[in-house]
Amino acid sequence: MKKDLGILLVFVVLCLVLALLNPRFLCATNLQNTARLVGMFGIFSIGIGFVIITGGIDLSSGSLFSLLGVLLCLGLVDWQLPWPLVVAAVLGLGGLLGWFHGLVVTRLGIQPFIVTLCGLLWYRGMANFLADDSTKGFGNCQGFETLAAFATGNVLGVPVPFVLLCVIGAGAWVVLHRSVYGRYLLAVGKNEEAARFSGVNTKRIITSAYVISGLLGAVSAVFFAFYANAVQPSSHGSFYELFGIAAAVLGGCSLRGGEGSVVGVLIGAALLQVLKNLVNLLGIRSSLDFAVMGTVIFLGVVIDEILKRHRHQRGLRKVQEADSP
Amino acid sequence: MVTADDTILSMCGIDKRFSGVHALRSVRLTVRRGEVLALIGENGAGKSTLMNILGGVIQPDAGRMAIDGREDVIRDVSHAMALGVAFIHQELNSLDNLDVAGNVFLGREPRCWGPLRLIDRHRLHAATVPYLERLGLAVHPDTPMASLSLAQRQQVEIARALALEARLLIMDEPTSSLTPAETGRLLQVIRDLRETGVSVIYISHRLSEVEQIADRVEVLRDGQNAGSLSGKAIQHKAMVRLMVGRDLDVPAGPSLQTTAECLHVQDLRTQAYPHTPISFSAAQGQIVGFAGLVGAGRSEMARAICGMDAKLSGTVSLAGHTLRIERVRDAIAHGVYLVPEDRRQSGLIVEMTVRENITLPNLARYSRAGLIDRAQEADVTERECRALNVVTPSPETQVGHLSGGNQQKIVLSKWLSMEPKVAFFDEPTRGIDIGAKADIYRLIRQLADGGVVIVMISSDMEELLAVSDRIVVMHEGRITGTVDRQAFSEETIMHLAVGGPDDGGSGRMSL
Repeated sequence: MKKDLGILLVFVVLCLVLALLNPRFLCATNLQNTARLVGMFGIFSIGIGFVIITGGIDLSSGSLFSLLGVLLCLGLVDWQLPWPLVVAAVLGLGGLLGWFHGLVVTRLGIQPFIVTLCGLLWYRGMANFLADDSTKGFGNCQGFETLAAFATGNVLGVPVPFVLLCVIGAGAWVVLHRSVYGRYLLAVGKNEEAARFSGVNTKRIITSAYVISGLLGAVSAVFFAFYANAVQPSSHGSFYELFGIAAAVLGGCSLRGGEGSVVGVLIGAALLQVLKNLVNLLGIRSSLDFAVMGTVIFLGVVIDEILKRHRHQRGLRKVQEADSP
Repeated sequence: MVTADDTILSMCGIDKRFSGVHALRSVRLTVRRGEVLALIGENGAGKSTLMNILGGVIQPDAGRMAIDGREDVIRDVSHAMALGVAFIHQELNSLDNLDVAGNVFLGREPRCWGPLRLIDRHRLHAATVPYLERLGLAVHPDTPMASLSLAQRQQVEIARALALEARLLIMDEPTSSLTPAETGRLLQVIRDLRETGVSVIYISHRLSEVEQIADRVEVLRDGQNAGSLSGKAIQHKAMVRLMVGRDLDVPAGPSLQTTAECLHVQDLRTQAYPHTPISFSAAQGQIVGFAGLVGAGRSEMARAICGMDAKLSGTVSLAGHTLRIERVRDAIAHGVYLVPEDRRQSGLIVEMTVRENITLPNLARYSRAGLIDRAQEADVTERECRALNVVTPSPETQVGHLSGGNQQKIVLSKWLSMEPKVAFFDEPTRGIDIGAKADIYRLIRQLADGGVVIVMISSDMEELLAVSDRIVVMHEGRITGTVDRQAFSEETIMHLAVGGPDDGGSGRMSL
């Protein structure tokens, strides 16, 4: 995992600087809240990372959070359905919409950017429509106290989304870096034609990445809804897909496909939340927070590219040395 | 410094190092006006480096160059062009979205409408015609580039060089993607250019072409001048001796014992040629060569049989059993493998490591419960690299960093590690050097001797004649004939490749 060292270093330095400048960074409440955000953002970022590894992109996540959040409120509060059923439906719908994206991308050959851009518009529109343009809330959580307590709760002081992120992250790491499926995913992203010649069912692999993205997006959607405690359909989750993409790219996923690491994506997601935290804690005008994040992402990607070229040169040199007598 | 009247280029003492590798050691090269100089050598001998220096792509560490007797340093590519040196690369640089005239005058289009400086299409097209005529290229200047054949595109690039008033053409492997007929025509174009005083540096691995075309041959070996030949001394054997420093053993002769027919393909129709069903069969242990012009439907046939493309109809059977092949995975399950034509595009994932490439088609076998068994992967990789003589610093090296010959060996080892029953090779030795070619022929023969049915698609006539036990010839989607080893001759096969007795000389030959 040599590639993740760079971003890990940036992350550690950033945390240290922040802790030195404002010790409140290390207080329990702040850490807990940051960890909760890292968990929620990290989970769906992994899914987006998988899609990016296939050479695709998923722009629909933010709107998906709004649509699924509205449905969650409607199901639990307005229709009074049992919460396991509603959660299952929400997760199922997330996966189904991802599957739909994947099918359109692989069977019709439409570019992922376009497909998921349409998703972004659709789901936001559907959310507005279903909620009748009004904010949906959970009220006093009657009938689904367990779910609310789970989604907003802690395990031994660690926020549930963060715990779940660790579990999902570990699973995703094994899948991407140790399993046949993961190898196929990387192969398809690098060179779909060559993968097909090697007998890889490339369409199925690509579709599955979108399903994973939709599914993990749905998991995050449940937490986001309870975190906000109310879903304002026109703004809930807006721009969140960009956080996911940024986390994946910071974590070493190449938008050209075929490259990426789960650890990198996780650190990327955490880095973005710490940055947001930094803007708050250092009293930087909050109107600047996007600018700060943009700067850091930009620098991260530029430095990564420079390091990559350096590594490439070194690789070439090694081969030449081995070739020459 | 040579400054005789008719010397257009002289280079001497050219030295170049790449971070520890001494790519060129005090190399000299002279070219006379109206001369075809063949530059040959194995891959890594330094030909490309030398030509990149001449073309202004890279700078030498030491050495002197003179063009037309005037000593000069070639600063960059545009400077080389201004001096009259044009480089026609192996991979063509034409722009498919423009027409022929647009390519010939790219960057120097005649303008009109005063300050608006719009492109004057009439003058552009009119100016292109003479160059096309000079090359005997019968296409209209407004033909879209995308609709031309590879050979025609190459000629457009030559036209472009002529329009730039190039007096020295560097052609790097110009025939590697051409059919024999197209090659013949290109050689004629080169002869005509020579008559008009243009000099050509011709880089090729195909020594029979060199025999036909070269006035002089300069051989490089390990970054040094290994010798030169001229006139009658330009002979296959002599060239090989200079290139490899020893006589090379001819590829092992085919074993002539025939066994029962084993692979049967019946009425196969592909999407490229939906109206011409093809049928053929091949015996165990036999190497069946497929000859034909580019676009004859040979690759499409192989792709359809192996499940890369959907076939419209037809059955494939192996030892009496009909195979159901709907995708590549099915073919692999039946032991039917296709080693594709373009290794960087289809055969390998060049950004992945040697290990990851070799095990990709058979990962299921090197895994347990969906998880990859790394130890087993490493074992297989090591075994295959040793078996095929792959030169790599480590199994974890990116394949893209290796030489062409080594890359091709890795493509082969991907499939050989899985015990094939039928193997289709599509242009197995394109663009690799003689030493590696011999290795690959030996491997293919070994496979055949081990009972594998081999189908080898090749546009290299020498290769087909030397390696095949039987040659099937295709023309525009149909099989025009099958030639047994006893009846092998270049003429017979060419005759069939252009359409056989009925419409010989038609089609692309007459262009």
